[in-house]
Amino acid sequence: MPLLTLHDIGVTRRGNTILAGIDLALQAGEIVTVVGPNGSGKTTLLRVIIGALTPTRGEIEHHSALTLGYVPQRLHIDPTLPMTVARFMALPRRRPADALHRALEQAGAEGLADRQMATLSGGQFQRVLLARALLGRPDLLILDEANQGLDHRATAAFYRQIDRVRRELGCSVLMVSHELHVVMKASDRVICLNGHICCQGRPEAVASSPAYRDLLGVDERDAVAFYRHDHDLAEALP
Amino acid sequence: MMLDDFLVRAALGGTGVALAAAPLGCFVVWRRMAYFGDATAHAAILGVALSLVLSTSLFAGVLTVSLLMAMTVSVLSGRGYAMDTLLGVTAHSALAFGLVAVSFVSGVRIDLMGYLVGDILAVSRADLAIIWGGALLVLALLGLRWSALLTATLSPDLAHAGGIDPKREQLVLTLCLAMVVAVAIKVVGVLLIAALLIIPAAAARPFSHTPERMVLVAAAIGVLSANGGLAAAYRLDTPTGPTIVCLATLLFLAASLVGRRLGPTASRATGPRQ
Repeated sequence: MPLLTLHDIGVTRRGNTILAGIDLALQAGEIVTVVGPNGSGKTTLLRVIIGALTPTRGEIEHHSALTLGYVPQRLHIDPTLPMTVARFMALPRRRPADALHRALEQAGAEGLADRQMATLSGGQFQRVLLARALLGRPDLLILDEANQGLDHRATAAFYRQIDRVRRELGCSVLMVSHELHVVMKASDRVICLNGHICCQGRPEAVASSPAYRDLLGVDERDAVAFYRHDHDLAEALP
Repeated sequence: MMLDDFLVRAALGGTGVALAAAPLGCFVVWRRMAYFGDATAHAAILGVALSLVLSTSLFAGVLTVSLLMAMTVSVLSGRGYAMDTLLGVTAHSALAFGLVAVSFVSGVRIDLMGYLVGDILAVSRADLAIIWGGALLVLALLGLRWSALLTATLSPDLAHAGGIDPKREQLVLTLCLAMVVAVAIKVVGVLLIAALLIIPAAAARPFSHTPERMVLVAAAIGVLSANGGLAAAYRLDTPTGPTIVCLATLLFLAASLVGRRLGPTASRATGPRQ
């Protein structure tokens, strides 16, 4: 049985259709990447899944015990709010100190526990968000353009970290991205979204599909070159 | 008995309000709700008029109107007007309508200044019971919902993913705000309630590395301001509510000067210099 199933999800806001006819089943242990241009409804889809948005139509089916770990796109912490990494991780539920340190280690953010959130670099901040999501031992890890503000190298490193975490915890991963090239290698399945699901499949198959190229406006040679290039890059990095 | 002394009652009343205002004031600062606090407080004068007309308790009248005001603003926000425009309209119109309404209440001689800037020296035993009852209720509510409130303050989506409804947490804060306004009206009056919420919290920021610590420091600064202000007003024969706010402001200035020497976290908190 799938971990989570979406049946014919549609979201309409002020007469605009943002999502329509989304059918999606996430299997246990699967890494799924959703790609699409800006305004294609990627974030809306995630918000429906985490329960922040009630869809206009359709329904979501999952185990009552399904635990979600959510890594938001970006998080602005008001500078008037003092917040150490350790305190941030313990929201909304307090956790034992050893669990906290283990999660930081898993996310590659060890040694940051006593730092103020406001003083972290972009990469450190993302790793702390990941560590916080891991604390709840999620069945499904959800990442919304988690590579924003990271350069290519840092993004590749961050995705490798996620792949490692997935293998360690055995959780599924659903992530959203507007760029395909670095994400693709680790994904089991890529879904092209533009209000509806345009195409989906193995990363290589999607990269060479006409629907994907139309959607993201790259011609065939670019797509292949990009893919190979970043494929090599990801391999080359330690 | 000790409570027979009006100064002791005033000190206890001021302390109770300062304690409840500390955690709530921190949320007001973190969530940038300062205008919202102002609007709720200004609406309280309408509540005063209402309770005089209906001869109900002042506390009930103020609590009801403040709550209605807070809810109205919450509902109207996001419907076309910017929040500060909306609050600018509601806060001042509530104050104006309140003042006009009070003038209609004939037969009762009303000390309007008492409601605008407070009359802490006239705090009775019954007032004390209401102030401490309300303050403890606010502290209990905020304490029970503490983690959920903090999470919702950080990010509504993060709250949703953790099974928390940020709208409900907003409601808890709104309720607490109305309650603090209702108990504080006697102590500092409607014009200065927001100051008592915001100034101690802002002064506490440079000395805090966690939200909890900021609340404790804000409480200490608030209690010090209330009692010190009371003592100063007694000696200098100045109006008490404004004197309390003046002292809090001096403490805020001192805190930001000291805070500037305390490293990056502190300097980030005090202003736009980053």
